[in-house]
Amino acid sequence: MNAIAMPWVEICALADIPSRGCRVVRTPRGRIALFRTAADEVFALDDRCPHKGGPLSEGIVHGRHVTCPLHNWVIGLADGEATGADKGCVRRHPVRLEDGRVFLSLLFTDEEKGSS
Amino acid sequence: MTIHSRQRLVVVGNGMAPGRALERLFEQAPEAYDVTIFNAEPRVNYDRIMLSPVLSGEKSFEQIVIHGDGWYVKHGITLYKGARVTRIDRAARTVTAEFVPAGSLGHIPLEPTVTVPYDKLIVGTGSNPIILPVPGRDLPGVLTYRDLDDVNAMLIAARARGSAVVIGGGLLGLEAAAGLKEQGMDVTVLHLMPTLMERQLDPAAGHLLQRAIEARGIKVITRANTKAIVGNGRVEAVELDNGTRLPADLVVMAVGIRPNMQLARDADLAVNRGVVVDATMRTSDPDIFALGECAEADGQVFGLVAPLYEMANVVAAQLCGDDARFRSSATATKLKVTGINLFSAGDFAEAKDREEIVLRDATRGQYRRLVLKDNRIVGAVLYGDTADGPWFFDLLKRGEDVADRRERLIFGQSYAAGGIPLDPAAAVAALPDDAEICGCNGVCKGKITGAIAGLGLKSLDEVRAHTKASASCGSCTGLVEQLLKAQLGEAYNPAAVQPMCGCTELGHDDVRRLIVAKELKTIPQLMQELEWKTSCGCAKCRPALNYYLLCTWPGAYVDDSQSRFVNERVHANIQKDGTYSVVPRMWGGQTSAKELRAIADIVERYDIPTVKVTGGQRIDMLGVRKEDLPLVWADLSAAGMVSGHAYAKGLRTVKTCVGTDWCRFGTQDSTGLGVRLEKFMWGSWTPAKVKMAVSGCPRNCAEATCKDIGVVCVDSGYDIHFAGAAGLEIKGTELLGHVATEPEAIEAIGALTQLYREQGRYLERIHKWARRVGFDTIRQQIMEDAERRRALYDRFVFSQSFAQVDPWAERAAGKDAHEFAPVAELALPQAAE
Ligand code: SRM
Ligand SMILES: Cc1cc2nc3c(=O)[nH]c(=O)nc-3n(C[C@H](O)[C@H](O)[C@H](O)COP(=O)(O)OP(=O)(O)OC[C@H]3O[C@@H](n4cnc5c(N)ncnc54)[C@H](O)[C@@H]3O)c2cc1C
Ligand code: SF4
Ligand code: FES
Repeated sequence: MNAIAMPWVEICALADIPSRGCRVVRTPRGRIALFRTAADEVFALDDRCPHKGGPLSEGIVHGRHVTCPLHNWVIGLADGEATGADKGCVRRHPVRLEDGRVFLSLLFTDEEKGSS
Repeated sequence: MTIHSRQRLVVVGNGMAPGRALERLFEQAPEAYDVTIFNAEPRVNYDRIMLSPVLSGEKSFEQIVIHGDGWYVKHGITLYKGARVTRIDRAARTVTAEFVPAGSLGHIPLEPTVTVPYDKLIVGTGSNPIILPVPGRDLPGVLTYRDLDDVNAMLIAARARGSAVVIGGGLLGLEAAAGLKEQGMDVTVLHLMPTLMERQLDPAAGHLLQRAIEARGIKVITRANTKAIVGNGRVEAVELDNGTRLPADLVVMAVGIRPNMQLARDADLAVNRGVVVDATMRTSDPDIFALGECAEADGQVFGLVAPLYEMANVVAAQLCGDDARFRSSATATKLKVTGINLFSAGDFAEAKDREEIVLRDATRGQYRRLVLKDNRIVGAVLYGDTADGPWFFDLLKRGEDVADRRERLIFGQSYAAGGIPLDPAAAVAALPDDAEICGCNGVCKGKITGAIAGLGLKSLDEVRAHTKASASCGSCTGLVEQLLKAQLGEAYNPAAVQPMCGCTELGHDDVRRLIVAKELKTIPQLMQELEWKTSCGCAKCRPALNYYLLCTWPGAYVDDSQSRFVNERVHANIQKDGTYSVVPRMWGGQTSAKELRAIADIVERYDIPTVKVTGGQRIDMLGVRKEDLPLVWADLSAAGMVSGHAYAKGLRTVKTCVGTDWCRFGTQDSTGLGVRLEKFMWGSWTPAKVKMAVSGCPRNCAEATCKDIGVVCVDSGYDIHFAGAAGLEIKGTELLGHVATEPEAIEAIGALTQLYREQGRYLERIHKWARRVGFDTIRQQIMEDAERRRALYDRFVFSQSFAQVDPWAERAAGKDAHEFAPVAELALPQAAE
């Protein structure tokens, strides 16, 4: 499956995302969660837990992880993978931090793109 | 034509056996096959043997899922849920499936059927429960016990309480009966033979078991031959051939299973009692494997998972080109009814060349029976104390000659070894490496000890995560702990202080003490000083620390909203679809035309799908969109309503009855006291939720004696109760004491709440805290030590002076606005051609 990346889009200031928190970006392809860690790193994942689709954006952010609010799966922000014995993966999207501004690019598969 | 680099593997049936085969396959050859699975059940692979704990309420479905949806995604598997394969076309090498009618499944697929090609096919269609051919077997309310749908149907039927008849007194029937009883039904078990589980137990042991079952309030009728099931449009009763008529709102048939081989038979594969396979698990068509309960291997069919997992290993190896072979071996099983220990392994059929050794200890309710042939154990039953089960089973499987210790054998491992009881850890240490510890997952001792040493495992949970041992029915937990102990020695101490979580070695109480002693004021400072092992904690410790700091430093500590669970951060309960529910306070369960009108208007204005009266005497609006929350709250505030904290580890409701206001029996103003208590205590944060009630007389219509704190009014004043529970556990309250006046009652309750706030561990309800510290210590401090009571009460009042700010009004006025709106909206650029 090929993936297509969108050009970078400026989303917001780093300060718009609470430290150890998250904000959501709404896109035609669903909600994307922008996480900010205590170390001011930013990650973007689909806002859907691989377990039962829980909103990861509502979870508690700790280290480079977020705990899903519905059934406590712990998802790695850097790789999108569920940790521990749970198995599953969330799609990541490229993010860039420049002068305190957050830029996002979105990854779509061919099919998703074609059907828009 | 496309050339396929990977072979196409199609699997029919997504049960435990194929699930295990695929796990093994992906371990050995992750890239070899493109896998497609069809499952007639509309769900992922789950641990079928744990359905009984789901029925009894000890586990949820989530807890017994083996492969979550993510697993299928990760391995690139196409899983068709709710799709039944109806045809295997061996000439064309395709299978065709049709979708099971949607009903509760949610969606109706566009294509009514789907056909996919295969290079290799696995048939894992399991078994069908046997349905007795009696009149009335098709009536609604007659169920079997095989899958989650059966359990859900039973749970729904059990809601109305009523009576259930379980036909069949074998393992499954007894587990179903125990579960239905747990759910509050009036249960009768019918068994055709004179004693229960007659294939495993002799009559005496059958009676012991019957007594234990009856002691839980389940009726057992043996020699019961069902003649008919009767009812008009729905089951009403079961009739026996001796004329007895048993009323029944639910009938469960658990009389046996039959391998499900119709599909294979229609495809002209060789079938006998099951789908016939050779030692490589191939059917009469070499490209088609069969495994699980539907397969007949080595001339036998099986109904327990251990041999099925063995089959799975063989299928996986064969798919990778390795020459593994299946050999049947003895099986062991355990009755999964909490509180009844029954272990049985091997074969009990009587035969001339077989001998028995039996041990009975009636006073201790113990029974053991070994069946020997040529001085080798071929069958073992243990009732009461089953700790030696694995040891006997191990002797049985290796066919060891026991002639030299025959007379001591029955007393178990410690005595057979030479009369000196071994300590249990040494006994487990003495087991050979290939002794099976976990029967459900087929994990032997060597694999566990290897993982403990190789991966540096330190706890039961870690062993569970890495080896799966003790992760299913849990009956081998003790053994696994012994292995940890044998290997880690002093380093393994399950009774030691439980650390709060993986981020620290400190327990909850240590942390609370250190917060005060070292005057720790913020989470980062605390983590620094107490040497937290992670950079910023985890989802377990952060909410606890936030509460401890808030409780210790009222007014000074600034709440860390990022350390709160979403419900407490956004002040509403998240629902499974990501919407929220909103529950405003109705003080003491009282409302007014004005409030009801405001609620009605809000429901219409924001198009709220569900309005429900809760179990706590107030109204819940469910399905509110997150972005509407501040608007809904603004309208509620305008009508004078505040948050009901239905989401909080804090004060929830104070239920009341009508008391002296209206009731001819009322002794005091219970409604008024309830309202005053709720107005006094709302907004307080506590270790876990606090629910209260005030009843106007001992008839107790507000159910005050199952609450965290309850008041029962009497002529002479107020009986104050505490430490009740009516959720996961049911527990009547203990009496805290009696007071004569309302102000005294309020002071005692405020003091009690503060004591709990200061001592309770995060998420520990009042009843658990009280059991831990002792009811009498609490009574003494609140009822007898007036100075202490006053001091506690004052601290509570002080803390409340900061707590009673309505979070909804604040948010309606703009606080935390970022919580409720997306940070950006993106449009897609046009697809470039
Ligand atoms: C709405 C309500 C059911 C209803 O429609 O009636 C309800 C709904 C929930 N209950 Fe409850 N409980 C409700 C009354 C009860 C009662 C009855 C009562 O309060 O009189 C009990 C038994 C009494 C008790 O608490 O001991 C009850 C025992 C539980 C438990 C088990 C707690 C325990 O320690 O045993 C949980 C699970 C938990 O808290 O971890 C729970 C958890 C929940 C949660 C929060 C589940 C969750 O995490 O999402 C549900 C939130 C739904 C929502 O968004 O509103 N609910 N729950 C009731 C709200 C009462 C209210 O007005 O605030
Ligand atoms: C309540 C209960 C308690 C149990 N307790 C124990 C225990 O304590 N210990 C123990 O060892 N065993 C126990 N068992 C038995 C154990 O669960 C089974 O042996 C095991 O699950 C069988 O696995 P399987 O993969 O062969 O079949 P199953 O798990 O039955 O899976 C077969 C699946 O195939 C699907 N299917 C059938 N036909 C088709 C088709 N044509 N197309 C698509 N899908 C199809 C079915 O819907 C089903 O989901 C218990 C069973 C039950 C029901
Ligand atoms: S409302 Fe309570 S009882 Fe009902 S499903 Fe939710 S938690 Fe369970
Ligand atoms: S949906 Fe995320 S853990 Fe269940």
